[in-house]
Amino acid sequence: MSGIGHRLDAGLAIIRRDLRRFILQRSRLVSALVRPLLWLMVFAAGFQNVFGVSIIPPYQTYVTYQVYVLPGLAAMVLLFNGMQSSLSLVYDREMGMMRLLLTAPLPRWWLLFAKLVAGVVLSLVQVYVFLGVAALLDVRLPWFGYLTVLPALILAALMLGAVGLLLSATIRQLENFAGAMNFVIFPMFFLSSALYPLWKIGEAAAVPVYYLCLVNPFTQAVELIRFAAYGRVAGTALAVVAGTGLAAFLLASLAYDPQRGLLGRARPAAA
Amino acid sequence: MGVGDLVTLPRRNAGAGVLNATGVSRHYGTRQALAGVDLTVGPGEIVALLGPNGAGKTTLFRIIEGLIPADGGEVRVAGFDVAAAPIAALSALGIVFQETTLDLDLSVFDNLAYYAALRGVPRLRRKTSIRQALSRLGLTDRARAKARELSGGLRRRVELARALIGDPALLLLDEPSDALDPASRLALRAEIDRLRHLTGCGVLWATHLVEEVGNADRVVILDEGRVVATGAPADVVAASGRATLTEAFLALTGKGGRP
Repeated sequence: MSGIGHRLDAGLAIIRRDLRRFILQRSRLVSALVRPLLWLMVFAAGFQNVFGVSIIPPYQTYVTYQVYVLPGLAAMVLLFNGMQSSLSLVYDREMGMMRLLLTAPLPRWWLLFAKLVAGVVLSLVQVYVFLGVAALLDVRLPWFGYLTVLPALILAALMLGAVGLLLSATIRQLENFAGAMNFVIFPMFFLSSALYPLWKIGEAAAVPVYYLCLVNPFTQAVELIRFAAYGRVAGTALAVVAGTGLAAFLLASLAYDPQRGLLGRARPAAA
Repeated sequence: MGVGDLVTLPRRNAGAGVLNATGVSRHYGTRQALAGVDLTVGPGEIVALLGPNGAGKTTLFRIIEGLIPADGGEVRVAGFDVAAAPIAALSALGIVFQETTLDLDLSVFDNLAYYAALRGVPRLRRKTSIRQALSRLGLTDRARAKARELSGGLRRRVELARALIGDPALLLLDEPSDALDPASRLALRAEIDRLRHLTGCGVLWATHLVEEVGNADRVVILDEGRVVATGAPADVVAASGRATLTEAFLALTGKGGRP
């Protein structure tokens, strides 16, 4: 009962179900790609002559603005998919599928971890498709970068998925989710180094904004991906992303624990 | 012991019924949803949990399922304390939820396979176990159908088949016939009666539809979080001084005047 084999089997079943749902919902992949590709083809192309990017690590030469934003847009795919996964958790809870999952004879944290890994797998599929399309548009990472970026993508996706998991534990109803997303996705994305280097914000004398960007874990995820794509390890970013992911996952596990968590304080049942 | 704690083997209280709830209470803020509820279900026994909306049936079910904790009292499933050994207790449970919990985009077989993996049915036994469950409910020819293509009554039968996977000691039915037409209700009732004889599992059936619990061995009537009557249906009717179980139910829950 609840041995390693059972846990792995159940985890694989959860991942397989989420993958199958993703394949069935073809529009999800399209919408996941449209967003970053619009940024890349319209925003970045339009602004590449306005925003000059000087030589900053990890770049060893001048890069075009489109190349600069590529890691940030990859992280954007992870961010949106992490939140989409938590949205599907809230949906599952409203539809009762979550109740089926949470009454499985397995440790609660393991079930949540399996959901998290399922979200990471979907994120990776979307990011690599995005990077492939970007390459076709002549916006590329170094050839080895497609491999070296993988561990950073996994870690960043785990962190963003764990934040989404925590959100799903605190948001009761589907209709509240869109509002909450506006307070999470957009500040996280815009207060980061995804679209512009942080020193530019500091140079613009927007010091409080600069520090907000610096402490934003999404900034660290972007930098982790950017450095990894050029075969380098960003130590601070690695520590912040791993620490934030672990903390968010532990808090989410506590929140989903019926003996201690937020669901235990759920609103009264109807009958 | 926490949910994930596997170090200490859960202690089993042997010799008890498949469900033993003792003095279970639960508050939501200042409102008392359950106040010292006692309830037992024996092996092969059908116990109907009757109560009007808001009586506390779903709260009691959520406590038995380990989804929310009780404020007081104890719930044991197959001898395992739900709070202290939730994994062992959940292993002995098969549940049909009030709302449909099938993945509508998956086939009947895939829905059951997903559940079997969650339950820990070994890979080698999984297909046999699913086929047996489908056969028991007469669903073999529907195995490849998408859940979305099934009628409400058929979906319920699939959920019943799913709940039987892993041979649970206790079947929890949370108002399973709410959205069904009268013919499907009758069919469901007959299926459950047949299955308890076939598998020997205890059944706790929550409902507010009094007419569908005639074949229960015992009824427990819950009102405002308290057990107001318990016993064989005929005994409850006799004790209430009314002619039918419906009248007894209405009288005991204050909806039909006191006898």
